[in-house]
Amino acid sequence: MLGLTTQQAAFILQGAGWTILLSLLGFIGGCLVGIPLTLGLTAKTAAARSLSSLFINTVQGIPLPILMFAVYFGAGATGYNPPTLIAAGLAMTIYSAVFLAEIWKGCVRAVPKTQWEAAEGLAFSRFDIWWLIILPQAVQIATPPTIGFFVQMVKNTSYAVVLAFAELTYSARAVNNTNNEPFLIFTIAGVIYFLICYPLSNLSKRLERAVAIKGRT
Amino acid sequence: MTAIVEFNDVHKQFGSLEVLKGISISIEEGSVVSLLGRSGSGKSTALRCINGLERINSGSLAVCGRELSKMDFDLRALRQDVGIVFQSYNLFPHLTVQQNVMLALTRVRKFSKQQAASVAESVLGRVGLSDKLASYPQQLSGGQQQRVAIARSLAMQPRVLLLDEVTSALDPELTGEVLRVIESLARERMTMVLVTHEIGFARKIANQVVFMHQGKVWESGAASILSNPGTRELKQFVESEL
Repeated sequence: MLGLTTQQAAFILQGAGWTILLSLLGFIGGCLVGIPLTLGLTAKTAAARSLSSLFINTVQGIPLPILMFAVYFGAGATGYNPPTLIAAGLAMTIYSAVFLAEIWKGCVRAVPKTQWEAAEGLAFSRFDIWWLIILPQAVQIATPPTIGFFVQMVKNTSYAVVLAFAELTYSARAVNNTNNEPFLIFTIAGVIYFLICYPLSNLSKRLERAVAIKGRT
Repeated sequence: MTAIVEFNDVHKQFGSLEVLKGISISIEEGSVVSLLGRSGSGKSTALRCINGLERINSGSLAVCGRELSKMDFDLRALRQDVGIVFQSYNLFPHLTVQQNVMLALTRVRKFSKQQAASVAESVLGRVGLSDKLASYPQQLSGGQQQRVAIARSLAMQPRVLLLDEVTSALDPELTGEVLRVIESLARERMTMVLVTHEIGFARKIANQVVFMHQGKVWESGAASILSNPGTRELKQFVESEL
């Protein structure tokens, strides 16, 4: 098929599977770490805010492939050699957490201050204000950019090639090394990336409608 | 009559800007007090101090038996006694009209869902919105939204209701429906403090008018002072607003 042997095609598809898995790991991890980071960024305490921004600014200044090396060899230096999936997943987690926290901070800030005042005026507890009033509105604002960022992450998993992790870009390159048909093989890889990302973009639109506040256009 | 809200030489600064320069106002239970003044006169700030949205810097402010100049009073308990309605309604956009009213009842007053739903129905009925329970705020006109906001505060059975320019964002033809609700509350002897530009309305329902100017109580008294101002500033204000 397309000049590929069955094994080669299977190898590329397997790479696509690893790409999806790594994206999910990075995204879920990123959400888990991103939530406390967002809370830190929007906290009342100045110390919590500066600590969170320091972390975010540091990570944002490091290119993702370097971050992957740092995690992989950093763990190696402690005597534990992590599987490349774990090292790459951890790097993706840190990387996505800081960007998601920045995105979400903006979404929390986008909920008008008057919503806080109205809620405070009704004597809600701080937890209730967050959970029942601010968060539902922030989530609606956050959905499109969050999914948009997830699409970015799917593509950024290709940097895991530096750890020789057998994701889609790595497996395409490996197949090309034997076939030497770069145009064909990398076009196939590109199409597969598109097939992963396009439904996500669509999902974003559907989710946007699903969580949309009624009566607001 | 006892004072339910008592400002005594209250000062409030925002940074280096002093917005309240020692105001003293006494508000009796069951009365309607109208705070008037140009923008920047400190009237909205004074109002917001009453439920702790702004903290006073010096002087004393007693609200429903609590001294707000002390740091140790229970802010949430105060806010259960003092409701506030804002110029921009500030309804929760992700909740229906009925849910907007119910949420604080279930979470703060610890009512059951059924109790809260029936209280919400009855207060929304009072403001003439029985047919809008399932609507979302954005589906309503400004006047309807403001009536929901009033109902949301009323449902908590506050002892004092603060109204911060509640008709200023409304088209002229929609102010009447909101003012009628406030009038009916005045008849029921709800203690209300309202910041308003509607001088005619203040004259009609206020037992006491407080004219503020440059962070001070410039002139205060019965509503009749609006017809017969004692100071040049109030005279100018009344003339410019009519």
